This record gives sequence, structure tokens and C-alpha cells, in this order.
Amino acid sequence: MYDVIVIGSGPAGLTAAIYTTRANLKTLVIAGVKWGGQLMLTTLVENYPGFPEGIQGPDLMMAMRKQAEHHGAEIVDADFTSADFSKRPFSITAGDKTYEGKSVIIATGADTKWLGVPGEKEKIGRGVSSCAPCDAPFFREKNVVVAGGGDSAMEEALVLTKFANSVTVIHRRDEFKASKIMLDRARKNPKIKFVTNTEIVEVLGQDKVEKVKLKNNQTNEVTDLPVDGVFVAIGHMPNTLVFSAKGPLRSEASGSAFGRKDIELDEQGFIKVHDHTRTNQEGVFVAGDVHDARYKQAVTAAGFGCMAALEAEKWLENQS
Amino acid sequence: MADTTFTDANFDQDVLKSQMPVVVDFWAVWCAPCRIVSPIIEDLAKEYEGKVKVGKLNVDENQNMASKYGIMSIPTVMIFKKGEPVKTVIGAQGKDKYKKEIEEVLSS
Repeated sequence: MYDVIVIGSGPAGLTAAIYTTRANLKTLVIAGVKWGGQLMLTTLVENYPGFPEGIQGPDLMMAMRKQAEHHGAEIVDADFTSADFSKRPFSITAGDKTYEGKSVIIATGADTKWLGVPGEKEKIGRGVSSCAPCDAPFFREKNVVVAGGGDSAMEEALVLTKFANSVTVIHRRDEFKASKIMLDRARKNPKIKFVTNTEIVEVLGQDKVEKVKLKNNQTNEVTDLPVDGVFVAIGHMPNTLVFSAKGPLRSEASGSAFGRKDIELDEQGFIKVHDHTRTNQEGVFVAGDVHDARYKQAVTAAGFGCMAALEAEKWLENQS
Repeated sequence: MADTTFTDANFDQDVLKSQMPVVVDFWAVWCAPCRIVSPIIEDLAKEYEGKVKVGKLNVDENQNMASKYGIMSIPTVMIFKKGEPVKTVIGAQGKDKYKKEIEEVLSS
């Protein structure tokens, strides 16, 4: 029996675990097979305080994991599959094991949102990617496109310029969400071109990506652009599918793991947060990108993890 | 037995001409998700000793094989049987997923 079960191992989950273990609470982290969250798919993180020269995203996550382990957190690298919040202690299933916890912190974060256009899904790993730092070296002297207009799109584009001949950023609006510093860097890079008010409507090619079909959403003009790679960075979806039977994302959910006391979601599928850290279920707290649609930073996720841990601690004290 | 290191040079002999099915993990040092798969591959090498050959191929040092098999994303794990690739798993997956694929190849 654990005092706290943390679901998720990004900055929110691991920070929560650092705080709960230091409060002497027996803590289990359900880390997932692909543990570490979104930062595992990045390169240099320049805006996490304490690292004047920046730090590699995966290195930051390995350090956070070590820190949580150092304070006594147990970490299992299995995927969370289901939970039963209808009775206490709560039971949480991951892989083939079920664990019992007096309280739970949900920090499952968010995953890449794909374009959802024909030809995309079957070419993931065959030219379609969401991780330039992982796959960019396979595009040496090739031509690629990046879909998106935020900081992650700019980072993907910049990483790709180290290998690719040309990088075309395809953005459906003419204004960018990206921060000024990232946008300026991308604009100054001679390898990067911008095409705005344009959407990728199809990914074409036999065994691998050969071209994309583009549609200008102002003129409705459709053109084909020959490319070798498509990097998707249009945003993230909260990982809440398994938390609600009634949620807006239900239609995509595979199983029916959750009929038993759902976690309430908002219209966009994020977990609805009450009083900063609470879900609709007493004793179940939430932290990070799975509820935060506004800030979505590593440092805010870590902050939310800290908040949830402190509240869980307080709540547990009042139970005894 | 520990996991094997495959290269452009030994690929023909150690993978394609192998009597046993062969699991090849295409990886590189700069690939963070590959670090997640790496220990799983080492476990699988022990678990399937005598039944399946399990090893890694560094795509930076062995670009011929990586490009021959169309690797454009790593980690990619491929299973070879009688010289032919019969399974391809792209992206970091759990041990269960790799075991399922290996079992399918063994029973086919």
C-alpha cells in the first residue's frame, strides 16, 4: 500500500514524487514505458532555471528521475492501463500489476497531436515524425516540411537544418504562437522557408514520404510539394482517454477501463481542476499538461507537481 | 549470452545467414528513446538465448544497413528470419510488445 501513487514521469510527476518522498510518504511512480514525458523528445532546453548554458531535455529528465529515486520513490516503467477510484484505497493498474494507494496524483501529460490526414499514420517512421531530435539525421541533404507555428515547430525546424537541405514550415495561420526569440532564430536561418495560411491535406508516397498535398486556406489553391520528411508539431493532446467514460474523447478510447467513478474532463479533454490541484474525486490530485492548457512549460509542470504533492500531503494528514 | 553487436560487415553472416531468428535494434547515441529500449534488448538477449539472436546496430557507424532497410526513425527494431525482415517495430515500446512479436515469429 502506497501513500501516494503518481501516474506520469514528466517534470510534473517526478517533481511531485520528489516532494512526497521528502515528506516521508511512500510513493510509487507509474512512469510508463516511454518515461520522461515530452522533454525526452527535445534537445537543448534553455528556459529551465538553474542551467545557464541550457540542458539537454533527456538529461534533465534523467536527473529528475535520479533525484526522485534518491529520496526513495519507487518507479515502475509500465504503462498505466486503468484505475478504480470508486473505493479507497484507490487501485491503479499498470502493465500486469495492480497497486493500491491512499491518494493519487495524475500527471500523465500530453502527447503529439497528429495531423489526421490521409497517408500520415501509415508513414510514421517512414518519413513522418514528431521528433526531429530523434530522426533528423536520417534526412541528411533531404527536403522536409514542419507543420506548426509554435515553439516546438521552430525547434524542430532548427534541429532539422543541421542535416536537411531545406526546411519548409507550413503553418495554417499567418501569425505565429512561437516566442519571439525562437521565431527570429528560425527566420534568420537561410535553410528555413515559411509558407503560411496553408495546411497539409495529404501525405503521399509509396513506401515512404514522397510529397505532401498543400492547400492554401485563403485561396483554396491545392499544390503538391515533393519532400522526404514531414515533421508534425501542431500541438499536444492531454492524455486523458482512460480517465473518463463520458469525456469528449471517449469515441477514440479503446477499452472500457473506466466506468468506475470517472475523472471529470473539460470540453477540450483536459482534466477539470478545482482549487488549483484537485480533481472531482477526493484524494485524486492533478498536475501538469494533463490539466494545463495555458502554460505548458517544463517549469510550470514541475511547479504544478510540487503543488499537487503538498496538497496530497495535507489531505493525507487530515485523513488519519 | 549478452546481446550481439551487428555491423555492416557482419550483417550478412550474423543476421541474414543465421539459423535462428534475429532481433536487430537500430539505434544511435544521440537518440534518447533508444536509451529506453537498450536495456530491454539486453534482457531479451538473455531470455531468448539459444532460440533467438538479439543485438544492436549503431546506425551512425553502419549506414549501409540502416539505409538498405529504410530506417528513417529510431529506435526501430526489426526481426529477421531466414534472411528476410519479417517484423518492424518503430518507436520505443514496452518489453511485452517486443516479446509478442518475437513469439509470433517463433511460432510461424
